[in-house]
Amino acid sequence: MTTRIFVACDSCALSVGAQAVVEAIVAEAARRATPIELVRTGSRGLLWLEPLVEVQTMDGRVAYGPVRVQDVGALFASDFLQGGRHALGHGLTERIPYLARQERRTFARVGLVDPLSLDDYLRHGGYLGLRRALTLAPAAAVQTLVDSGLRGRGGAAFPTGIKWQTVLGEKSPTKYVVCNADEGDSGTFSDRMIMEGDPFVLIEGMTIAGIAVGAEQGYVYVRSEYPYAERTLAKSIELARAAGYLGADVAGSGKRFDLEVRRGAGAYICGEETSLLESLEGKRGMVRFRPPLPAVQGLFGKPTVLNNVISFATVPTIFADGAQTYRDYGMGRSRGTLPFQLAGNIRHGGLVEKAFGLTLRELLYEFGGGSASGRPIRAVQVGGPLGAYVPASQFDTPLDYEAFAAMGAMIGHGGVVAFDDRTDLAQMARFAMEFCAIESCGKCTPCRIGSTRGVEVIDRILARQDPQGNVALLRDLCDTMTAGSLCALGGMAPFPVMSVLHHFPEDFGLEPASTLKSA
Amino acid sequence: MPDAVVATAVALHADRPGGLLPLLHEIQDRLGYVPPESVAPIAKAMRLSQAEVYGVIGFYHHFRQSPPGRHVLRICLAEACQSMGSKQLLEHARRTTGIDLHETTADGALSLEPVYCLGNCACSPAVLVDNDLIGRVDEQRLDAIVDQCRRTA
Repeated sequence: MTTRIFVACDSCALSVGAQAVVEAIVAEAARRATPIELVRTGSRGLLWLEPLVEVQTMDGRVAYGPVRVQDVGALFASDFLQGGRHALGHGLTERIPYLARQERRTFARVGLVDPLSLDDYLRHGGYLGLRRALTLAPAAAVQTLVDSGLRGRGGAAFPTGIKWQTVLGEKSPTKYVVCNADEGDSGTFSDRMIMEGDPFVLIEGMTIAGIAVGAEQGYVYVRSEYPYAERTLAKSIELARAAGYLGADVAGSGKRFDLEVRRGAGAYICGEETSLLESLEGKRGMVRFRPPLPAVQGLFGKPTVLNNVISFATVPTIFADGAQTYRDYGMGRSRGTLPFQLAGNIRHGGLVEKAFGLTLRELLYEFGGGSASGRPIRAVQVGGPLGAYVPASQFDTPLDYEAFAAMGAMIGHGGVVAFDDRTDLAQMARFAMEFCAIESCGKCTPCRIGSTRGVEVIDRILARQDPQGNVALLRDLCDTMTAGSLCALGGMAPFPVMSVLHHFPEDFGLEPASTLKSA
Repeated sequence: MPDAVVATAVALHADRPGGLLPLLHEIQDRLGYVPPESVAPIAKAMRLSQAEVYGVIGFYHHFRQSPPGRHVLRICLAEACQSMGSKQLLEHARRTTGIDLHETTADGALSLEPVYCLGNCACSPAVLVDNDLIGRVDEQRLDAIVDQCRRTA
C-alpha cells in the first residue's frame, strides 16, 4: 500500500531544509522499494518543528520533527510509515496541544491541503462562501460582513464591512479591489503563510469583495521580500482563472472579476494604504492626504476596497458559515479570531489562531513555552516595529484591540516578538527611530526630520549628556511626531520609544522613580 | 544586451496601468540592476520626465543603480531577528567578508544588503541569498553560505 507523506513547501519549512529532507525520504523509500506518495502542503504553523514530516495512518496524520536529512534512515528503521515510535515523533498532529487548542477559522486549511490543488481546496469547503455570496444582493452581502464584526486585520482594525459599504455606495462604473500583502512588520508572517499555504482562500475573499461592491479588477500588492508567496499566488490565480473562478464569468454567475499580482520594491511605507496605492500606480510610495479616503478615491482615483490578506482570507468562512458563527468568537468589540504570530526569542514560535481575549501570558508560555534561550522574557513587542514594548507586569492583559489601546500598545497585525533579559531596550528604542528614518517617505516633516533627531537625542541620553533635559526633549519630540505626522509611521514610531522610557528607564541610565514622576 | 532588455521591458509594461514598477522589476530581474542609461528610454515610452523615473528608482530600496555581485546576501535586521542575534551575525559577516552593508567583495562574488523582515520570524535569524530564504542562521551556517557564493557563478 502506498503511504502518503506530507511535507510543507512553505518558505519557512524550505528555509530550514525541508527540500533536502524530501529528497532523502524519496531516495530512502526507493532504496527500500517502499511505495510512498509525497504531498507538499502549506505549513501547519508549528514552526519550531519544521521541517515537519507527517505520515498518513488509519488514525490520522502522525507528526515527526524537526527532521534532518541524517534522521531519515532512522525514521524508516523505526517504521515511521506506520506511525512507529521515534524520538522525533509527536503522535497525531491534530492532538499536539499547540494545534489542538487553537480555533482555526482563517487558517482552517493551511497545512492540510496542497496549496496549488483547486480540487483539494474544493474538497475542504473552498468556494462555499462565494456560492453563498452569489445568492445575495450586493447590499445584503456587504451587510453580512458588517454583521460579522470583522475589523481590518492589517493592524488599523477599522470595521471591514463599513469600508465595503462606502465603496458600494459610490456611483462609479470603475471600482477596484486591492489586497495589501506588503507584510513588512517584523514578527508577522500570517499573510505569507496564507499566500503560500492556501492562496485560493485569498482569491475567493477578494472575488466576494469584487462581486459585493461591483468591482471587476483586483490587485494583490506583494512585497519583493516574499518571492515564494508571489510565485504561489501567481500560479493559483492562473489555476482559478482556468477553472472559471476568475475572468469574465465567475463561477457561472455572469459576473466579471479578475486578479493580478504586483510586486513591491522593498519600502516599508508601502504597507500604509495610500502609499501602497501610489506604488501600484507606478509612483514613489508617498503617503496621500486623507480625505479623500481610498474607499472614495483610491487606485487611479476610483473607489477601492483596500484590505489586508488576513481580512480577505477571513471573508469566505464568514459567508460559508454565517456572520453569527464568526461573531460568536472574541470579546468586547474584538470579534472573531486572530492568527497570532509568535516570533523572536521564543521556544515554540509559530502561528496561533485564537479568539480574541486570551492573554499575552497564555500565548507566550502555554503556547510559546517561554524564551528560546531559556532566560526570562523581559519584554515583548506586539504589533510590529511601531508597537509598544510590553513589560512582564502587563502580560495578563487580554488580547483585545481596546484593552491594548488603553495601555498605549496595539495588537496590530498580531505579531508578538519576545526578547529575553539580555536585551538592551534603549537600543531597541533607538532602532525604532532609526528604522523610521530609513523608511520615512519624507512627505511630512515630523516623520522625516523627527526620526533622525530622535536617534540623535537618544544617543545624547545614552552618552549621559544632560539626561533629564534630553529626556524632556525626547518626550516633546515624540508628542510632535504623534500629533503631527501624516500617517502611522511617524505617528506611531514614538510608541516603542515611549514604552521603553516608561517601563525600562534604567536602560536609558535613568532612575526608575524620577522618570515615572515626570511621566 | 542591456539595450535589448530595456526595449523588451518597455514593450511589455510601458502601457500597463501603473506599469513603471513591473517594468523596473523586469529590467532588474534580468540585469541585476537598473542601468542609468535606461532612464531616458523608459521616460520617453511612458511620457514621464527623467526626474520622475529616476525618483521612483531612487525611492525603493530594492532597485539598484549599479551591478551587484554574483550573489546578493540580505541579512534581516528587523526586531525579531535582532532578538536572536542578527546584529552579531552582521558583525561576523563584516569581519569575514571584509565588506560593509551596501558593498560588494573585491572578487565580485557577494553583495551585502540589509533587509527589514523576511517573514521568517519564528526561525530567526533569517537571511535571503538571492531568492532563497534561509532560517536559524548561525555563524557557521553563514560561513558556509558565503563560501558557497564564492565558489559558484
